[in-house]
Amino acid sequence: MDVTSGPAGSPTTHNARSDAGARRGLDGDAVFRVLVTGAGVTVLALLGAIILVMLFGGVQAFSTFGPAFLVSNVWNPVSNHYGALAPVFGTLVTSVIGLLIAVPLAFGAAFWLTQLAPARVSAVIGMAVQLLAAVPSIIFGMWGFFVVRPLMAHYVQPNLRHTIGHVPVLGALVQGAPFGTGLMTGGIILAVMVMPFVTAVMRDVFSSIPPVLKESAFGLGATRWEVMRQVILPWSRRAVVGAVVLGMGRAMGETMAVTFVIGNANRIGWSLFAPGNTIASLIALEFPESAAGSLKLSSLMALGAILMALSFLALCASRLMLGVSSRQARR
Amino acid sequence: MSADQALKQASATPVAAEPDRWRVGSALVARRRFMDRLATVLSLCATSVALVALVSILLTLLVRGAAGLSLVTFTHSTASPGLNGGLANAIVGSLIQTVIAIAIGAPLGMLCGIFLANYGRGWVASTTRFVSDMLLSAPSILIGLFIYQIVVAPTGRFSGLAGGLALAILALPIVVRTTEDMLALVPTAMVEAGIALGARKWRVIVFICLRAARTGVITGILLAVARVTGETAPLLFTSLGNQEWSVNPAHPMASLPVTIYQYAGSAYEDWVQLAWTGALLVTLGVLAINIIVRVGFDRKGA
Repeated sequence: MDVTSGPAGSPTTHNARSDAGARRGLDGDAVFRVLVTGAGVTVLALLGAIILVMLFGGVQAFSTFGPAFLVSNVWNPVSNHYGALAPVFGTLVTSVIGLLIAVPLAFGAAFWLTQLAPARVSAVIGMAVQLLAAVPSIIFGMWGFFVVRPLMAHYVQPNLRHTIGHVPVLGALVQGAPFGTGLMTGGIILAVMVMPFVTAVMRDVFSSIPPVLKESAFGLGATRWEVMRQVILPWSRRAVVGAVVLGMGRAMGETMAVTFVIGNANRIGWSLFAPGNTIASLIALEFPESAAGSLKLSSLMALGAILMALSFLALCASRLMLGVSSRQARR
Repeated sequence: MSADQALKQASATPVAAEPDRWRVGSALVARRRFMDRLATVLSLCATSVALVALVSILLTLLVRGAAGLSLVTFTHSTASPGLNGGLANAIVGSLIQTVIAIAIGAPLGMLCGIFLANYGRGWVASTTRFVSDMLLSAPSILIGLFIYQIVVAPTGRFSGLAGGLALAILALPIVVRTTEDMLALVPTAMVEAGIALGARKWRVIVFICLRAARTGVITGILLAVARVTGETAPLLFTSLGNQEWSVNPAHPMASLPVTIYQYAGSAYEDWVQLAWTGALLVTLGVLAINIIVRVGFDRKGA
């Protein structure tokens, strides 16, 4: 009796316990796992949906104009003929101008903040730079429109035209009526917006260098600039390029700040001071005037798909570079 | 005489050579020192450009925005030009849409962050991480277009809910990123202690890891609030804006950024004034959250 009850008793209790465990597992762990995996997949699906919606929305434009959509610089709502080249041109030109200004500034600021400034000053100033990055883009737009635009119209462009307006190649860049709006103003606003962002990434990169590398250079008698130029910069070159490309992605997708100062003209020309358009600003300005299901709306969606592709490329490139360098850092 | 000269020369040579060598060195030292100084000055200039821009923006906002700040700003809705309107509907609309955005984006983002930190392995996790980064840097106007196509176009009306959804997509990746980063900082010993006590995995994650990472996660959510409050582009085609007082999320809803956008370019003095006042309010709010997060939470969190 005793002998049989023992083994008979213990499996049942064991079974009961494992049943309870399984039930609790279903209530807790399994449900939780499904929940978080679902959240992950939702995020995954979200981006897929965004890309699909852009592509499907743009199908009409792509099928009407074919590949010519990408290389045509016509944007004419009256004749209902649309091409992507002018806004793509504007997007690239403003972003490149923005980066040409922002990257040296960001490099200088990151150099100063990580290598030169006393720690306490660096913390305060660094935070101010970060606050600049937090200012909403529409505020940059207003600031650009009411503060930077008059400066450009009254001082910068007239002076440039006066000094280099007659030089053969450079002269073409500064032609046009001094509206103050245009690619150059857009580029400057973008520079101010992107600079703190690039500074932040560079700062992280520069301060992540192993101290022994810096110390050995200082031990050899190098100045701080030489340490920067010949030790830190070569060590973090790829990451710096990654930061720049990340900034490029930011600049290309920026909408509100550029919309205020770009001038809204779909043209391609040499002058940096003539009004232009970027993909994002064109969408913001023209979308409210385009009827649902119209060819114009479809063209705007197609432009959105192009912008998505551009920012995707920028992110991929920067991830590749930042990722490689952080792997180097770990090694 | 000649011997004397020779002696003089012999004794003079080392003396003359010494300052000579020293002088070569001094030119090099001077050049290096000059380069160092130059780099220092230029980098200081670069830093001050950012500071000048920040100060210029804040001063412009204060000078132009503070003039229109009064009780009416907070008690009256926007009105036709000349009717002494305020920004009450825009402020409330912004708050409602931000709440919708955080109510959807924060839980989803936290769950996704937990997934990436504790469950994610293989290509699904790395793809999700990449996609989250992609969303973080996706042009916000495209998010607006997306919500327009899948919410506004099918239902046939612009709505505050659509605006909130668009903002939720923007808030989501910020919360994902901070949650994952903060969970990764939780010491393994703590997790092991929880497991050793027999707690199930989800209890360990929720009651130990998430609890330990609480400050960091809240920081992320606050940063998402700051980001979302200032966004204009995704709201243009989703919540559209509304002149009247409206708290119904099924109807077009005003928001501060969109109101600023619509009024800043208008020809009416008082509308432009309202735009400046709104801009001041938005900026102060966003910067205040950022300062609180960076000063208040940083030390405790990390």
